[in-house]
Amino acid sequence: MLGRSAIAGVWFALASGLVAAQPAVQVDASQVQGPRPLEEQTKTAAIRGYLKSWQSMSGAFEQNRIDLLDADFVGAAKEKMADTIGEQIKLGIQTRYQDRSHHIQFVFYSPEGLSIELIDQVEYDVQVIDHGKPISTVPTSARYIVVMTPSETQWSVRVMQADSQGNRSPGT
Amino acid sequence: MKAILTLLAASLLLAKLQAAWAQEETLRLPKSIEAGSAFLIEHSGGGEGTLYIVGPSQVLKRDVKAEGAVYFPARSLYDAGHYNVIFTQASGTKSGSFDVAPISAPDKLSFFANPSRLPIGVKHGITGAVYVFDAYGNLITAPTPVSFELSSPSGGIQKDRATTSIGRAWTEMDSTSQQGSGKFVAQVGELKSERIIRQVPGDPCTLKMNAQQAGQQVQLQTEPVRDCSGNAIPDGTIVTFTETYAGGQSTVDVPLKRDVAEVKLPLHSGAKFTVASGVVLGNQIGWQK
Repeated sequence: MLGRSAIAGVWFALASGLVAAQPAVQVDASQVQGPRPLEEQTKTAAIRGYLKSWQSMSGAFEQNRIDLLDADFVGAAKEKMADTIGEQIKLGIQTRYQDRSHHIQFVFYSPEGLSIELIDQVEYDVQVIDHGKPISTVPTSARYIVVMTPSETQWSVRVMQADSQGNRSPGT
Repeated sequence: MKAILTLLAASLLLAKLQAAWAQEETLRLPKSIEAGSAFLIEHSGGGEGTLYIVGPSQVLKRDVKAEGAVYFPARSLYDAGHYNVIFTQASGTKSGSFDVAPISAPDKLSFFANPSRLPIGVKHGITGAVYVFDAYGNLITAPTPVSFELSSPSGGIQKDRATTSIGRAWTEMDSTSQQGSGKFVAQVGELKSERIIRQVPGDPCTLKMNAQQAGQQVQLQTEPVRDCSGNAIPDGTIVTFTETYAGGQSTVDVPLKRDVAEVKLPLHSGAKFTVASGVVLGNQIGWQK
């Protein structure tokens, strides 16, 4: 059981070709539940897909382009984000999500191999731009619960939901 | 007199400072709300401004005319998540954040069951994982009891219970000893999700053939092929007949038809015939002309 063998503590570099600063990524696969071992190759593919989804999300929200979600999101996650982008367009705003660090913990690999659940403690900045004018940038820390399922060639994000545990953002 | 004037000036300055502190702009947010519920955001400091509530799942914007509370009616925010709040005025910007939590009542199950078809008698051969969502499609992260049931064609039922952990639960069950379709059900309260699992006979238990001369050929025919529980092996299952003789070998793959497989092979003196299906090897027959 490669996934359970040790706290990986592995630092991954983001996929190549990114212009923005790469986030620091720490991965822990020592607490995976379920009878199916999480193979190294599966783990790597899921992390790659998940980090790529942050890039897609960032681009989609900044450019208000729903099509940028297609490659990495499916199901409810994609529908919700597409709705948000539609709302941004109506309101004349854009948002820029810049992830600074991820602490990814694999928590579940379903026995039939059709879903992976992970928790990510993410540090990121959110910038709001209203009719082209930058309003504010808010440093944020949130704990995301993510469910990924395999699609044709990769693992895609099906659920992406911030949990109330572990969140802290600078208040007023 | 000079001292009195100095004291008066100091008092005026202090009063002015206190007034300024009292007017300091603040933003009061709920720490957490339940998805779809109404909520208030209070601000002080007066003046017009714009309020943004931003998250990947929803975004809201309100123009604020005066000091006080901004009321958001029910169903304004219904997607669970972490939201940043930004309030901009001419005098500056304030920010904060709060969470929207899923409602606790389950409304939808996402049930992954595998496989849809498998041989009978496989221990832990059937697996299922279920994710529990509320009416807004939020993953319910609070522990929620789930029951699983697998009904067999004979009417027997396997049951398992679990409690969700961060929104999901799973189970493993055995395929039964009787072929046919079974219902695999995940249930949370009155909410059910059902999958059909087809259980098919396993490998043949034994394989026996008989041989009979038919002119210049030998006709080989198996006895009805069944698994170890007595279930008929499905038509189409491949049975391989092999004839080995001096100087050669012939192999023929034949699909089962109505429980038996049969074939005619050329007759060679001293030939040996064998039969196999999958990993099961049948009897051997030697033939002399």
